Amino acid sequence: MLDSQEQARFETLVLPHLDAAYNLARWLLHGGADAEDAAQEAMLRAYRFFSGFRGGDVRAWLLQIVRNTCFTWMQKNRHGKETDEFDEEVHGPPGPTPETLAIAEDSRGHLTRALESLPSRSREIIVLRELEGCSYKEIAIITSIPIGTVMSTLSRARRQLQLALTGPADKESIHDL
Amino acid sequence: MICDRAGAVVHGYFDNELDAAGAAEFEFHLEHCSECVYALEDLESLHSSMGLAQLYERAPGTLRKRILASLGPEVPVAAFPSRTVWRWLAFAAAILLATYASWRVTSLGRSGSYDGVLAAEIVDAHLRSLQPGHLTDVISTDQHTVKPWFDGKLDFSPPVQDFGDQGFPLQGGRIDVVHGQTVAALVYVRRKHFVNVFIWPADEKDRAPSSGSQQGYQWLEWRKAGMEFCAVSDAPKPALEQLQTLLASN
Repeated sequence: MLDSQEQARFETLVLPHLDAAYNLARWLLHGGADAEDAAQEAMLRAYRFFSGFRGGDVRAWLLQIVRNTCFTWMQKNRHGKETDEFDEEVHGPPGPTPETLAIAEDSRGHLTRALESLPSRSREIIVLRELEGCSYKEIAIITSIPIGTVMSTLSRARRQLQLALTGPADKESIHDL
Repeated sequence: MICDRAGAVVHGYFDNELDAAGAAEFEFHLEHCSECVYALEDLESLHSSMGLAQLYERAPGTLRKRILASLGPEVPVAAFPSRTVWRWLAFAAAILLATYASWRVTSLGRSGSYDGVLAAEIVDAHLRSLQPGHLTDVISTDQHTVKPWFDGKLDFSPPVQDFGDQGFPLQGGRIDVVHGQTVAALVYVRRKHFVNVFIWPADEKDRAPSSGSQQGYQWLEWRKAGMEFCAVSDAPKPALEQLQTLLASN
């Protein structure tokens, strides 16, 4: 257990990154309630390990713990919906909907679905880069994935999201395919 | 013909991962390679769609409370201070809170710390401005139209200048509110990235630029001649630094 001085230090250094922890958990676990529990568990783990924290990038350190917590969580509560490889047949854009509905749903719906359907490795990398603003190096540290793989996964994931945004009809118009 | 830089190099440039020389070299390359320009535009449009779709999900307030409640050593009941002490503590805490609140309200221009709250508000204001119809109140690339427009709307006169020749054409201006204070917002565009420059009066002496990023947006703030400046954009950081140099040299 930490003494009160260490606890104050934890609250100043680590707790401000709760949003980052929650956001990553939310996108890794596909949802709200699980994400809250996992973020809480990760924070408590971080608290327990805090005396072993050697300084440096607190956010990356915390997100590493969040990520491990989420993967342990997924193994414990296998939903069977984790996909290992992106499959256009299965995960292509949703079936035809009336034009009006498509407009109302807008890009948020498209993007959310597209992001949810990415393999978890691509999803976490794009969430860390696009939403969290982490550098390649930070992502490599958090995910224990070599930086070259981070870069190639990131560009593949972006291309998949771009496809989802423009829709299947416009595939030809995507540059660089 | 597929340009060999249209892959990793474009991503690296877009993500601010190239060093200064690499970035400059790639910008030169962009002048001649439409394929890389398209690839960059695709990345920009994906990034701004993701920003506009507000996919970032913040932790609910109840979660923060739950975590705080579960931290900390368990204090034995006997060690709790008496009721009177508690009352005094509560009184002192109320005074501290009130002092802090009023300090926060009045310290926007003076506070030395560029904390997360202010950075978050700046990024929120930037995102808000990108919603259709919110970017500019006065649309003009002419600094002599934009500057007088602010007269009478603010109790200070922000410096307004067009840098079209240097790659940052002025798009217009807007009044915005950041942290409860009315501020001037100048809008520039840099290769399809909008840059908001928020300006408000500050009492303290000049300060060198400091930067940060939040939700994938970069901000750069500095203080000059009694004004606080904060530029925010999804443009690469070297671009913001370039704009800062232009603004600060006038």
